[in-house]
Amino acid sequence: MDTHAHAHAEASNHGASVGTNLAVWVGLVAITGLEVFLAYMELRPAVMLTVLVVLSVVKAAMIMSYFMHLKYEKFTLVLWLVPPMIFCICMMFIFFFPEAFRLLQLRPH
Amino acid sequence: MGSKKLGMWLFIVSDTLTFSALLVTYSYCRLTNPDWPRPFPINPAIIFSTTMTVVLLASSLTMVMAVMAAQRNDRKKAVMWIVATMLGGLLFTGLHLTEWFNMITKEHFTITSNPEGTPLFGAVFFGITGLHMTHVMIGVIYLGIVAVGYGRGKFSAEDVEVNGLYWHFVDLVWMFVFPLIYLMSVKY
Repeated sequence: MDTHAHAHAEASNHGASVGTNLAVWVGLVAITGLEVFLAYMELRPAVMLTVLVVLSVVKAAMIMSYFMHLKYEKFTLVLWLVPPMIFCICMMFIFFFPEAFRLLQLRPH
Repeated sequence: MGSKKLGMWLFIVSDTLTFSALLVTYSYCRLTNPDWPRPFPINPAIIFSTTMTVVLLASSLTMVMAVMAAQRNDRKKAVMWIVATMLGGLLFTGLHLTEWFNMITKEHFTITSNPEGTPLFGAVFFGITGLHMTHVMIGVIYLGIVAVGYGRGKFSAEDVEVNGLYWHFVDLVWMFVFPLIYLMSVKY
C-alpha cells in the first residue's frame, strides 16, 4: 500500500464527523453547567458526591468514546482496557464506601 | 494498532488508577471530616473554575480537529489546531496559577494549614490540582514537540493521534477533579 492509500485507509476507519464531535462537546459543556447548577442547591455531601460521580462517569465515557476514538477501535481493545480498570476502581470503592458512610454516621451533627 | 498507541493507552490506564486512588482518598476525607473548609464561593471562585473547565474542554475540541486534519494528511491545518490546543493549555495553566496565587496570598491557604478548617484540605487540594496541572504543562510541551515534528514531516498522523489521547486524558481527569474538589466545597 502506498503512503497516500495508507493515509486514506487510516482516515476512513477513525473517528466521528466534525458535527458529532461538536455535539459531544456541547453535551459536555451542558453537563458541566448542570453540575454547577447542582452546586447552588445545598444538597447533603453524600448525595452531592454520588450525583457528581455519576455525571462525571457519563462525561468520561463521552470523552473516551468519541474524542479518544474508543467507539471506533476494535472491541478487543475495549475489553483489554476497560474491565480491568473498572475492577481496580471498584476495589478502591469496596474499601472506601462502607467505612466512609460508617464514619459519616458517627460524626457530630 | 501501532505500539505507540497501545503504549499510550496502557499509560492512561495506569495514570487513571493513580488519580482514582487520589480522588477516592479525597472523597473519604471530604465525607468524614466535619470541619472541611468551603473556600469556593459561587462568585468568583466557581465561575472562575467553570471558565477553566470550558477552556480545557475547548482545547480538547481543537485537538480533535488536529487529529482529523492529520488523518487527512493536511499538515498545515493539523499544526494550526495543535498550536490552538497549546494556547488552551497555557490559558488553563495561567488561570490555575492565578487561582493558586490568590488562595495562598489573600486567603492564606497553604499545603499544611488554612484558616477555615482541617489542614488536610491544603494537602489534598494542592496535591491533586498540582498533579493535574503538571500533566497539563507536560502536555503543552509534548504538543509543541509533536507540532514541530509533524510540521517538518518527521512524525506521522499516528503520533498526532497518540498525542491527542494524552491530551483528552488530561481533560478527562479534570472532569472528575472539578466537581469533586470545587463543587463539593462551595461556600454558601
